[in-house]
Amino acid sequence: MRRLLILVSALMLCMATASFSSAQLINGAGATFPAPLYSKWSYEYAKQTKIKLNYQSIGSGGGIKQVMAGTVDFGASDAPLGAKELKEGGLVQFPMAIGGVVPVVNIKGIAPGQMKLTGEVLADIYLGKITKWNDKRIADLNAGVALPDEKITVVHRSDGSGTTWIFTNYLSKVSPEWQKKAGFGTAVNWPAGVGGKGNEGVATYVKRIKNTIGYVEFAYAVQNKLTQTKLKNKAGSFVDPSMESFMAAAESADWKGTPGFGVILTEQAGKGAWPIAGATFILVKANPSECANAKEVLKFFDWAYKNGGAMAKALDYVPIPKNVFELMEQAWAKEVKCASQPVWGK
Amino acid sequence: MAENLKEKTGELDISSSGADGYVSLSARRQSSGKLGDAVFKGVAYGFAFSVILLMALLFIVLVKESWLSIKAFGFSFVYSSIWDPVAQEFGALPSIYGTIVSSIIAIVIAVPISLGIAIFLTEMAPKRLKGPIGTAIELLASIPSIIYGMWGLFVFAPFLSEYVEPFLIDYLGFIPLFTGAPLGIGMLPAGFILAIMIIPFISSVTRDIFQMVPSILKESGYGVGATKWEVIRKIVFPYARSGVIGAVILGLGRALGETMAVTFLIGNAQEIKLSLLDPATSISATLANEFTEAVEELYLSSLVELGLILFLITFVVLALAKLLIARFSYKGGKL
Amino acid sequence: MGLHYQRRKLANYIALGVSVASAVFGIFFLFWILKDVFTFGFAALNADFFTQVPAPPGEAGGGMANAILGTLTITVLATAFGVPAGILAGTYLSEYGRKSKTASVVRFVSDILVSAPSIVIGVFVYAIVVKPFGGFSALAGALALAIIMLPVVIRTAEEMLKLVPDSTREAALALGAPHWKVTVSVVYRGALRGIVTGVMLAVARVSGETAPLLFTSFNNSFWNFNLTEPTATLTVTIFNYAMGPYEDWHQMAWGAALLITAMVLLVTIISRIIVRGRAG
Repeated sequence: MRRLLILVSALMLCMATASFSSAQLINGAGATFPAPLYSKWSYEYAKQTKIKLNYQSIGSGGGIKQVMAGTVDFGASDAPLGAKELKEGGLVQFPMAIGGVVPVVNIKGIAPGQMKLTGEVLADIYLGKITKWNDKRIADLNAGVALPDEKITVVHRSDGSGTTWIFTNYLSKVSPEWQKKAGFGTAVNWPAGVGGKGNEGVATYVKRIKNTIGYVEFAYAVQNKLTQTKLKNKAGSFVDPSMESFMAAAESADWKGTPGFGVILTEQAGKGAWPIAGATFILVKANPSECANAKEVLKFFDWAYKNGGAMAKALDYVPIPKNVFELMEQAWAKEVKCASQPVWGK
Repeated sequence: MAENLKEKTGELDISSSGADGYVSLSARRQSSGKLGDAVFKGVAYGFAFSVILLMALLFIVLVKESWLSIKAFGFSFVYSSIWDPVAQEFGALPSIYGTIVSSIIAIVIAVPISLGIAIFLTEMAPKRLKGPIGTAIELLASIPSIIYGMWGLFVFAPFLSEYVEPFLIDYLGFIPLFTGAPLGIGMLPAGFILAIMIIPFISSVTRDIFQMVPSILKESGYGVGATKWEVIRKIVFPYARSGVIGAVILGLGRALGETMAVTFLIGNAQEIKLSLLDPATSISATLANEFTEAVEELYLSSLVELGLILFLITFVVLALAKLLIARFSYKGGKL
Repeated sequence: MGLHYQRRKLANYIALGVSVASAVFGIFFLFWILKDVFTFGFAALNADFFTQVPAPPGEAGGGMANAILGTLTITVLATAFGVPAGILAGTYLSEYGRKSKTASVVRFVSDILVSAPSIVIGVFVYAIVVKPFGGFSALAGALALAIIMLPVVIRTAEEMLKLVPDSTREAALALGAPHWKVTVSVVYRGALRGIVTGVMLAVARVSGETAPLLFTSFNNSFWNFNLTEPTATLTVTIFNYAMGPYEDWHQMAWGAALLITAMVLLVTIISRIIVRGRAG
């Protein structure tokens, strides 16, 4: 027992002394979707600057909650906050990357990109109104494709998620009935189907159970070689999910006119736009209590805007266009203040 | 004050025991003993009492944090089965149902198997196997639940959906409990993994209790010509009953509150379905899935209230267990 | 008579057969899990695993050195908080309180706390420590684990102390030793084996806890030597990696699973050896 105590106190002493010499640590938490990208950026940034940026994916809602509670230096969310929420929470919001949510299926004999769906059909599948794969409405869209006479098993997320927010936001836009029955949010009351935890859970179900449909983030579908579908966009053409079609959705958005830059990229009008695209956002306090950390956060994201594009593309994320991030940095200078002094600025 | 006390009692002792150095030394020792006793007892009492304070604080914090939801939904929270984060309407029934049913499945599977292992280890196994197997099972009792959950998701669920569940559906599908799709994830798999998790625990405790049965009792059983099974049934079981019930209840407690193993395997659907193969949810799984995402105060508060309900369930189960143990405990001798 | 005997013999064989079969069934599953943890885990272990911090996805290499240190730190701290408190409270129950009202309430409360869902303890510590003090920390994680450990230690300590026969206490008291001294040097010594076993089981249990750490010690992708900052642990890392999209994350999760299993087994075995040395 005594030996244990000595060991413990020695260990604590070690840590106390070491803590003074360790480099600065910045903590962030939130959305799962951009986590691989942020960890890649922070890994490279730590090599160059000795500043450690610890990002943990706990979910978008968690990111919002923790930054408000002040337990982390910044939060991350896939679901943009509105102007009112930003004001109430005393937060500043800016987008960091763009991605997309893709429907994935597991039907024998169907190749990736082979099946075509429309928003209305997708919504009715998720509402439990279309129950068979050879339903006339699916068959009409997919002439010449052999569809099985099998029940559809719908898979959705069981946990709250920014992916769900983007997906249900899209369904609400294309189907009034979905809007009425389920609505949109990071978690909704699903009319049908089974729930998987995380993208992993959804993908596992879709892979294992035959005749399923689910939705996952694009990077995830690519990594796991899932069978994605085509979707009909607002302009009326069937598009494949890809970096280009997400970019097309981002380009047609009105960044400047949206308060807090909280643009919603679902069902955008662009000709080649993928209809279920979304940006992922960073949230910082407008009046941070730890000014030094706040400055380091902004410095990091400035670095990421300017140098992180190639890394983002390598991981299947679309970087923020230059004209957009310049807008963001102007907003930082105006809105993020410490003791009424702007934190950002030359 | 303490110094005073020490001096006084010391003096008293010396005066009463005369000038003999040895005695006075021992008296001095005794006096420091009295002070030591007071301090030691006080500290021990303090720590024991702090447990009650901790519990009280835990309840106060849980009630305070769930007050919003208690006020909004009242008692209907317990019997409503609607869980709708968008409409901000919450009911705990699917979670409560899943917690109870998955734990019952776990106990139904785990208890006979654990008793089998305990009987095998104490009464039947050759000496050479007894030690290693017994130790191995004790070690397994300490494996973290997240490893059972992870193994369940990556290895056991595919196995179930490939080989076991299609069989159940084909041959037992006429029973409503075994209908649906072979997902490999749901109430039954979660219950099963819980069972595997608590088997080492229940069986190692049960084995210890069986070993405490005095061999003179067993020998007298054999002496009058009883078979091994008769000795186990008529002598070992009655003697060990209260201890075994205690072990089972503790196992049940672990199953009720288990988070990680269940979250990986139960399927996380806020629904009540009769079929054990369908995905369901439990209180702990709901908490683990949704606690991070709940931004709205009412949502968060409802989740905390779920935790409070889980607390109350374990409370009731343990109170029942205590009654049972008191009623059934062996009266024939000292345990 | 003969028939009756045959029947009893048959019942005997059936019952014993059933218990052997269920034992084999149970043991089979337990060893299946262990086998998978070891085979998948070993494939993931290499020098980097023990010396590097996690690399981002797509980057070769990377390890869990920081999570290993984090798990050790938090477990040791939790033990330092929880075990002395638990043993002293257990001592009160067995040596002083016995049948008093306080003692029976403490017993009941501990029994409930033992079964308290660990995730709720995490929520509790989040509400009373993390939020008011503005940050996740190794200390908060250790506190959550200590709370989980406390009732286990109390109950085992009491049970084990009670196993020491009263005649032993009386003999020591009769020699003139004060009560506390009897407790420390006679009763504790007599119950040492049991207490160490209990403490070790408690340590093993908390070192594998995940749920209470999610919102207390949180996680960290870097080395952290500061007890007031978020700290990585093996279990939280397993949780994140097993849920994650990347195959090499799953690999790492198996590696961490093996490591935590091995650590738990090692703690158990080492404390057994210590106990045997003392008692022998």
